[in-house]
Amino acid sequence: MHNPDKKTREPLFHIVKRDRISLRKSLLIRVVATVSAMLLCTLLAYVLIGEKATPAKFLSQFFQGVFGTSRRTWIFGRDTAMLLCLALAITPAFRMRFWNLGADGQALIGALASVFCMFFLGGRIPNGLLLVISLAASVVAGAVWALLPAIFKALWGTNESLFTLMMNYIATNLVMFSITKWFYPGKDSMKEMEHGHLPQVLNEYLLVILIVLALTTLMFIYLYHTKQGYEISVVGESENTARYVGINVGKVTVRTLLLSGAICGLMGFLQVSAFDHSVTAQSIGGLGFTAIMVSWLAKFNPFIMIGTAGLIAFLQRGGQQISTAFDVNDAIPNIFIGIILFFIIGCEFFINYQIKFRASQRSKGGSAK
Amino acid sequence: MSKEIALEMRKVSKYFGDLAANRDVDLTVYKGEILAVLGENGCGKTTLMNMIAGIYFPDAGNIFINGKEVVIRSPKDAFAHGVGMIHQHFKLVDLFTAAENVVLGIKGEGRYRKKTINERVQAIADRYGFHLDPQKKIYEMSVSEKQTVEIIKVLYRGADLLILDEPTAVLTPQETEKLFAVLRRMRDDGKSILIITHKLHEVLSVSDRVAVLRKGEHIATVETATTTSEELTEMMVGKKVELNIERPEPKNTCDRLVVKNLNLSDVEGVQILNNVSFEARAGEILGIAGIAGSGQRELLEAIAGLQHLSTGEILYHNPKTDKVEDLKNKTPLQIRELGVRLSFVPEDRLGMGLVGNMDIVDNMMLRSYRRGHSMFVDRKKPRDLAERIIKDLEVATPSSHTPVRRLSGGNVQKVLVGREIAASPTVLMAAYPVRGLDINSSYTIYNLLTEQKERGVAVIFVGEDLDVLVELCDRILVVCGGRVTGVVDGRTTTKEEIGILMTAHGQASENKAQEDETDA
Repeated sequence: MHNPDKKTREPLFHIVKRDRISLRKSLLIRVVATVSAMLLCTLLAYVLIGEKATPAKFLSQFFQGVFGTSRRTWIFGRDTAMLLCLALAITPAFRMRFWNLGADGQALIGALASVFCMFFLGGRIPNGLLLVISLAASVVAGAVWALLPAIFKALWGTNESLFTLMMNYIATNLVMFSITKWFYPGKDSMKEMEHGHLPQVLNEYLLVILIVLALTTLMFIYLYHTKQGYEISVVGESENTARYVGINVGKVTVRTLLLSGAICGLMGFLQVSAFDHSVTAQSIGGLGFTAIMVSWLAKFNPFIMIGTAGLIAFLQRGGQQISTAFDVNDAIPNIFIGIILFFIIGCEFFINYQIKFRASQRSKGGSAK
Repeated sequence: MSKEIALEMRKVSKYFGDLAANRDVDLTVYKGEILAVLGENGCGKTTLMNMIAGIYFPDAGNIFINGKEVVIRSPKDAFAHGVGMIHQHFKLVDLFTAAENVVLGIKGEGRYRKKTINERVQAIADRYGFHLDPQKKIYEMSVSEKQTVEIIKVLYRGADLLILDEPTAVLTPQETEKLFAVLRRMRDDGKSILIITHKLHEVLSVSDRVAVLRKGEHIATVETATTTSEELTEMMVGKKVELNIERPEPKNTCDRLVVKNLNLSDVEGVQILNNVSFEARAGEILGIAGIAGSGQRELLEAIAGLQHLSTGEILYHNPKTDKVEDLKNKTPLQIRELGVRLSFVPEDRLGMGLVGNMDIVDNMMLRSYRRGHSMFVDRKKPRDLAERIIKDLEVATPSSHTPVRRLSGGNVQKVLVGREIAASPTVLMAAYPVRGLDINSSYTIYNLLTEQKERGVAVIFVGEDLDVLVELCDRILVVCGGRVTGVVDGRTTTKEEIGILMTAHGQASENKAQEDETDA
């Protein structure tokens, strides 16, 4: 149909929300996004680092950093596992639309609890018992750290994001205080402890990886096949519906956050007993925030989180190698990580929405859904 | 036809995704006529009107006003062409007076002189017979007065073609009559009026011609005088529909739920329910009529255990144990644990009755997932139930694993009502269960309610269409401003009687006062 007035045509394109998208198409969009991000990074590397960073060399160094030696591969596995563990921890809360931004602090306070046990009880009781006590202390500490905001939310409807976030700073400062006061008076870092090491299977990494994988399976079952997991989904989707069917929203909130905090505490325990054998304010190093991305990218599905956690660990390990191999400062690999994540998260837009151009309006109409 | 054409639409189409909201619609409006645009929910009536009013832009087709092709890209363009639309949801500034709202946003002399604008607004009101005090503030007004302000606003801007989107949805029968009288006067003054509606009797009483839409397409435009409601329905639905609601005589009635002196205030301390007392009997449908927001929702929620009552009693007579339980301020869970089989179809289907993102099976579990001591959920029985409801109630869905938010309104409602009935209730409460449903689905729901009544269930039905209420219910409780203003027999009452009770001022609380009705 012709239109006499040119100005009056519809805008060049408009954005339409997709109703659904096939799995194949959504995977394709993600692959295209990742590949184009990588391409952009190699180009940018050539510009920023110089001629030595040819695309081939850049990419090979990136992969070298992750899989170059068996030790590097194991470290990649460890990083993935620890990130996954925290992502699993926040997932029940996030499925309930409770934005727990305090995973970092909850894990850190768990780590601190373990260090307390190992520092004061180490050598006086058998190692196995020490580990059990440390584990219990960590889990309780993490749970308490999450419980406080949960209770306030359940009883008085306070905002949980700010509250959990602030609890992080308290945890960080408690750690710094404890180090100077007890663990290494007058200093701001402590020595590695001799007691309370987690037994090794093959190496220090495998056992932790296995524990986290088991936890992933348990979490999946909990969320998708138990009554409590079902309640979490209902509360998250609609509090009114939850009330309508007689779910006690406050109780579910508190219960879920206890679980969330407890798993964070467990992560802190693993970090101390398997790897660090000490604690610093940076022991968790912001993983609690990265975990949010892991959980969200996986749409809160524990098994998909294995993949998203792996992806992020891959980027971080590869990025570090870039900075060593080409002798540039840390900022440069961070730029690459930023670009890649931007593309991967940004492509969600194209999965949820569709851009329709004026001319293709009608012809594409059919393939929209 | 000797009449002048005011507006003509030729082959106008609008698509949302691959859904055709309107396809090749032709429509002609003459000067000095009332044209009703009739169609079921979702047939594209509002979309079509929005294209004339400049809210949507047509994907294809041409619009002619007074014989000239026009391009309407915004409501401003529409006004420039003399088109004004009165939307379902009013857009008024509460703290301003009627006159201030009318002149808001218009340039021109004298717009800051209150006396002048009041006179101008009064002149328009007098001309068409509106009852309106230009100096009254919007927040003091009843819904029908606010609607009057919206209409005058459009007239003040010089509109010759007025579009009214479901104007009677919020009005009582008396107010509707008054509105129609005004519309007729405007027609006689040479204005063209397009009125969107899905109520047949209104179409027949007010319009000159009727344009029927079905699934986005224009089926026919007929002269009102030569058509019947049966013919119109057939055009709307596409097949013959039996429009009679069966109403068997109640059998073995006995008090099932006795509500005494309920009082409820909201967070701000405003009284929502004021000494509400009534009884719902087994084997009977009790209708609840009232203007939207008169406390109907809160009343049902209070019975279901979702509101905190200050005083009152909700006595449930258990048919199995012959015991009487007070349900006041019990949680939904406690109510269930008492053995009370209370089913509730809330007004907000996807926000309260169901979880939109969950599939039909998981929604079936909402009521029953707690059963058994296992910590795992059993999805087998809910799956069977889902399959059964899909089959019995003819739910159109790809599978029982489709998220319910993807279903159409009617199918969502079938899932919800189906689940609530599957719990074999002794009391079934339904709030606006046919809102947004097409005619066929509506009658399915009415039949289900009647079926439950015949099984000895005490059915409580909150409705908005008075025609349906007087056809379906055995007794009708009328509420106004949170008070019960009367209980009438569904078989002997009239819409007019209910309409008067719905606005029974004096008994109504102050902020609901319908001063407009004093002279009615």
